[in-house]
Amino acid sequence: MDFLTLIQILDATLRASTPILLACLAGLFSERAGIFDIGLEGKMLAAAFFSAAFAAIYGNVWIGLAAGITASMILALIHALASITFRGNQLISGVAINFLAAGMTVLIGDTWFQLGGRTPQLNGPARFQPLSLPFAETVKEVPLVGPLYAEVLSGHTLLVYVGLLAVPASWYILFRTRFGLRLRAVGENPAAVDTAGVSVVRLRYFAVMIAGLLCGVAGAYLATGLAAGFVKEMTAGRGFIALAALIFAKWRPWYALSACLLFGLLDALGNRFQTLSVGGFVIPNQFMQALPYILTVVILAGFVGKAIPPRAGGQPYVKER
Amino acid sequence: MDKMPKWADILLIPLINLVLALAVSALVVLYIGENPIEAMVIMLKGAVGSSSGWGYTLYYATNFIFTGLAVAVAFHARLFNIGGEGQAYIGGLGVALVCLSVDWPHWALALPAAIVGGAVFGAAWAAIPAYLQARRGSHIVITTIMFNFIASALMVYLLVEVLKVPGNMSPETARFPKGAFLPSAYDMFNWIGIPFSRSAPLNIAFFLAILCCFLVWVLIWRTRLGYAIRAYGHSEDAAVYAGISPFKITMIAMLVSGALSGLMGINAVMGEAERLVLNNVQGAGFVGIAVALMGRSHPFGVLLAALLFGVLYQGGAELEFEMPAVSREMILVIQALVILFTGALDNMVRAPVEKLFLHLRKGAA
Repeated sequence: MDFLTLIQILDATLRASTPILLACLAGLFSERAGIFDIGLEGKMLAAAFFSAAFAAIYGNVWIGLAAGITASMILALIHALASITFRGNQLISGVAINFLAAGMTVLIGDTWFQLGGRTPQLNGPARFQPLSLPFAETVKEVPLVGPLYAEVLSGHTLLVYVGLLAVPASWYILFRTRFGLRLRAVGENPAAVDTAGVSVVRLRYFAVMIAGLLCGVAGAYLATGLAAGFVKEMTAGRGFIALAALIFAKWRPWYALSACLLFGLLDALGNRFQTLSVGGFVIPNQFMQALPYILTVVILAGFVGKAIPPRAGGQPYVKER
Repeated sequence: MDKMPKWADILLIPLINLVLALAVSALVVLYIGENPIEAMVIMLKGAVGSSSGWGYTLYYATNFIFTGLAVAVAFHARLFNIGGEGQAYIGGLGVALVCLSVDWPHWALALPAAIVGGAVFGAAWAAIPAYLQARRGSHIVITTIMFNFIASALMVYLLVEVLKVPGNMSPETARFPKGAFLPSAYDMFNWIGIPFSRSAPLNIAFFLAILCCFLVWVLIWRTRLGYAIRAYGHSEDAAVYAGISPFKITMIAMLVSGALSGLMGINAVMGEAERLVLNNVQGAGFVGIAVALMGRSHPFGVLLAALLFGVLYQGGAELEFEMPAVSREMILVIQALVILFTGALDNMVRAPVEKLFLHLRKGAA
């Protein structure tokens, strides 16, 4: 593999990692507060559709982004209502949200555009355009570091950098603020938080809505940054990869970044090489696709490190009467 | 004293949930610009208005009975098996391998062998997540989701690289030998001289599904093992105190669950396609979740809910044909709403109904 190919693969890795990373951080906030979220996929899909649809109608990607985030947050609100207020099963609620998004995006898309569930092709101001980082042109000639900066890190759309910045931001919020401490506490021992006079319900609502916001950005990136419009089922399991990455990262923001980059790399490699041969062995493409899931099962099994979820995850909080 | 009578719990609440789900679906149809009542009539007519409609409705229902029972059995042990999709897919592989391995002389010989094949493969695919849950504490919901994706990748690999007929373009196995063809509804009605649609995929696997309903009922409510499963599901601590092994119950419940999912292959692979094709499960594993929730994890409830979803799937296909504005995805929306209202938002309906019954009782006393 020559240097140029390597650069291209790393570039593709960053692009492929971004939606997974944003969704993974979404799951991080929700699950750290004790609300399981297997509806990441659905929220992303809804955001992808509405961002593309509004961007197509108004010709403005910012309106698209706002619509995508709103759609994702509405689904998050349903999830919060079901799992916090009505103390329903959080997993079942997540399953329902995934189906709801899969169905509604195509139904509404068909009604609005009559394109078999797709949105019109987006171009110009209806899409996020690549940004050039400062000095990208100047340092381009510097060996090794130059191309890495100019070709890999620079030249992505805004939301890629939002995703990267969301990592330290999430870390700061979760581990350096009072809100973050309480949020993590509510996922471990909600009764203690309640005793301290802090509302468990309010904190959990906040956490789930933050998850909605981040999934919204992830979906908008898919449809208006990575691709130029929405197609049916365009998330293609990324929400579940994000869930896998979250476990892989043991519910920590910086680990989440490395897990998502790893899964992004696998995706980029799988796309680039139909077959990959290592020392005479031919690795089928399907194996590359399955690898994130297999790695997650191995991690979950606890043979390589142990992933311990937040203790109160999945249980509705019932105040004693 | 119970908060409300039993009939309200098992009949009234699911009914209210269903009505709410359908009401929201009607709003969606209205938004699309079609008449929801007209849509409902088209769906019902398409599903049960002809022998061909019945043939498809009951065929779909057969799939959903298998996957619904699978989810229900796991629910009784308080395990959420979301991996029915993958288990049914791998079960189909087992069925196909059995059918292709021997030039079967008669379906009556092929069927029992294929049942074993489907059940064993389905159970095997559930065994790893079950073991990891029981021994390593890995959350079974996550591992079964992962196994769905792994199954899907594995099957693509097998069908494209291994099982495909050389020279054939489409990724599917060879057609099964004639002796492995199951009698279709057309054949069976023909034996007793009643005409039935020839094209409908309904086949003898329907009776296998009914038999499975009965066997699951016996297992859960009439055997010592079923008692242990339910006890474990209600309270793990109490079950352990009574000498019930969590490891054993988790494994058995998941193996039975996986085997039931795997049996779907008898209907879809052996009965209908008569070869193994890509994506033959088509989401039936997930419909099983909705079916088990609606049916309150009782085999009879699962049967009724599976019929309802059979009507929905066949009627939905007709609807797309008659009302092009309402595409097939309407089924997904209705399915999502049923899962949402019967599963996640159950307490929203339950609490007011309980209050109402308490109020009525106070008035009577």
